Amino acid sequence: MAALEFRDVSFTRPGGTRVLEHFDLRVDDGEVVALVGRSGAGKTTILKLINRLLEPDSGEVLVEGKSTREWDALVLRRRVGYVLQDIGLFPHMNVSGNIAVVPRLERWTASRVDARVGEMLDLIGLDRGSFAARWPDQLSGGQRQRVGVARALAADPPVLLMDEPFGALDPVTRVELHAQFARIQARVRKTVVIVTHDMHEAFAMATRIGVLDGGRLIAYDTPESVRASGDPRVRQLFNA
Amino acid sequence: MTRLFTFWASHAAEFAGLLAQHVLLVVVSTLAAILIGVPLGVFASRRPRLSAPIVGIANIVQTIPSLAMFGFLLPVPLIGGVGARAAIVVLILYGLLPIVRTTIAGITGVDATVREAGIAMGMTQGELLRIVELPLALPSIAAGVRVAAVVGVGSATIAAAIGAGGLGEYIYRGLSMVDSSVILAGAIPAALLALAVDGLLLWVEHQLSTRRRSASRRTALAAAAAVVAVALVAGGTAAARSRGAIVVGSKNFTEQVILGELVAQTIERDTGMRVQRRLNLGGTLICDRALITGDVDVYVEYTGTALTAVFHEPALTESRAVFEHVREQYARTGRTLLPPLGFDNTFAILVRGKDARSLGLRTIDDAARVAQRWRAGFGYEFLERPDGYPGLAKAYGLRFAGEPHVMDLTLSYRALSSGQVDLIAGDATAGLISALDLVQLEDNRHYFPPYDAAPVARAQTLLKYPQVRDALEKLGGRVSAAEMRRMNYAVDAEHKDAAQIVREFLAVVR
Repeated sequence: MAALEFRDVSFTRPGGTRVLEHFDLRVDDGEVVALVGRSGAGKTTILKLINRLLEPDSGEVLVEGKSTREWDALVLRRRVGYVLQDIGLFPHMNVSGNIAVVPRLERWTASRVDARVGEMLDLIGLDRGSFAARWPDQLSGGQRQRVGVARALAADPPVLLMDEPFGALDPVTRVELHAQFARIQARVRKTVVIVTHDMHEAFAMATRIGVLDGGRLIAYDTPESVRASGDPRVRQLFNA
Repeated sequence: MTRLFTFWASHAAEFAGLLAQHVLLVVVSTLAAILIGVPLGVFASRRPRLSAPIVGIANIVQTIPSLAMFGFLLPVPLIGGVGARAAIVVLILYGLLPIVRTTIAGITGVDATVREAGIAMGMTQGELLRIVELPLALPSIAAGVRVAAVVGVGSATIAAAIGAGGLGEYIYRGLSMVDSSVILAGAIPAALLALAVDGLLLWVEHQLSTRRRSASRRTALAAAAAVVAVALVAGGTAAARSRGAIVVGSKNFTEQVILGELVAQTIERDTGMRVQRRLNLGGTLICDRALITGDVDVYVEYTGTALTAVFHEPALTESRAVFEHVREQYARTGRTLLPPLGFDNTFAILVRGKDARSLGLRTIDDAARVAQRWRAGFGYEFLERPDGYPGLAKAYGLRFAGEPHVMDLTLSYRALSSGQVDLIAGDATAGLISALDLVQLEDNRHYFPPYDAAPVARAQTLLKYPQVRDALEKLGGRVSAAEMRRMNYAVDAEHKDAAQIVREFLAVVR
């Protein structure tokens, strides 16, 4: 059974723009899939269909074998970590408060929440003593991104969605975070879907790469095969 | 200035009570406005289509002058009438707009990404509101609460007009005594209170918006809660202390306040019962309404006023007949008119002594001959009442240069003496008449009906406490017009304390 599966999914934006057309995708457990495409290619829509912020017009999206329509939306969303494009840290909560949100929604005990926050800070490599009590506006862009990842992983969801996670960062920080992501993924082994317009980011992070064009996948393969692809639409993305 | 401090010093206990009442009115109404306004604002922010009408209605409510609002509410059961309850309802209505508005602004102002993050993390609508939206809207809501509270401090001064107490008491008392130091005794603390409330809530707001550390947020909220608690306790004790068995009312001019004191002290002295004073109520209809609803047990009315303004009947001219007729009308509706006090406070058409002497004016007929060049100033009541200006103008063929100016009755004496108007309608027993060298013109065509002063009480109260009836009956015929004018003069012109003047009067009468 696939961890995530799109079966013949079509989706039209409220304005009438068709974003996905008979779209199929299968993601196995523990895979890191990067979906690459230009802006407007429907990347964010795909993520929102997975945690049921959106529902397909036709076809179905399966999470752990069950259609998102059959999932209780709240239960589903708490099992799917989501790192937003603009991160969206809660400005009125400090770092540990942000990380603790979902565990608290799940009514964990205070001591369990505290322990988990500590673990997550260790995982993302931020010192507990000096970062737990900081406020989002006292963090650098890279630190904020890492807290966003920690918040998404705090309740140990099997699936992690990342929307252009490191897009706004400088190249040096981005490379550091790619390396750190690899270390984290080696420990937690989540099923991860990353969407990005940056082919280099996809190569740095993914075990499989999908290329989006015209509402469909025009390539879906290992990084090596995608790199070797002769399709001009794929080649074009390398030069972007 | 010295007079101001002397006044505070000699009225320290009363002042503390009024201040506590004032704070209590504001605190209770602001808390209630928060409890209603925040959910209303949240509701409106969820349904943008309803938000415009909700804010619109709150806007309209805000533009109703507070006295008019009290007027609207007078006949409404449960929330209306006179006293603190009606005042609080009005203050809540005024407080709603800023709170609803800032709640809507605060919630719709939450960053869309932050809201989406909450939803994507699996928050319910309620959790999103509690964990994300309300905390982020809090500084905005706090700003609305601050505006509501400061507006409340100001509006609460009007509440004295319907007997809710507070610092407005002094303002009304000062207006009716034409004594600016008494007005300032209420107005200055009210202004300082507004500044203090503004400062305190601004500090709370600042804590909430710039220091997001939960510790200082907690400190700010705790400080605000402490102030509220202190105010509630202080106000509660003051309110409890002022609660008495018999409530005596009065209208809002000097003579009425003196008569209210007279009735109150007589009951206290003769029966030993506790008396609560609701003096300075804003007019005949408010007093009458309060008597019907039981907010007031007794006040002094004038027979001619009762006949025309309360029972809407044409004016009669014979004193005894008017009294008997009014007593019967009152009796039919559960109210008892007691024996007249002994003086007739008819309307007095007044001109400056200077003019009267130089033009040789003695009667209203004399004045009618020269009135075309004059301006007149009348109180609202006189302009509207059937036994007031319309009939007077017809009876004497009076015509002025332009429409009469509408002005507060007590201010019109000053307006006449300072030359802003040339003729006014005052009270025959007004102490200011001799104090300001004014002359009363004779009603040579006997237009004005008699206005014999007599206490009117709830029949129920008199049945329950027959000793109150005995005490009030003993007042019958004890106050002559000369004594009334002297007492009015002592308060209006010599700035003496009404309660003290009445004590001296009762000591001699006994």
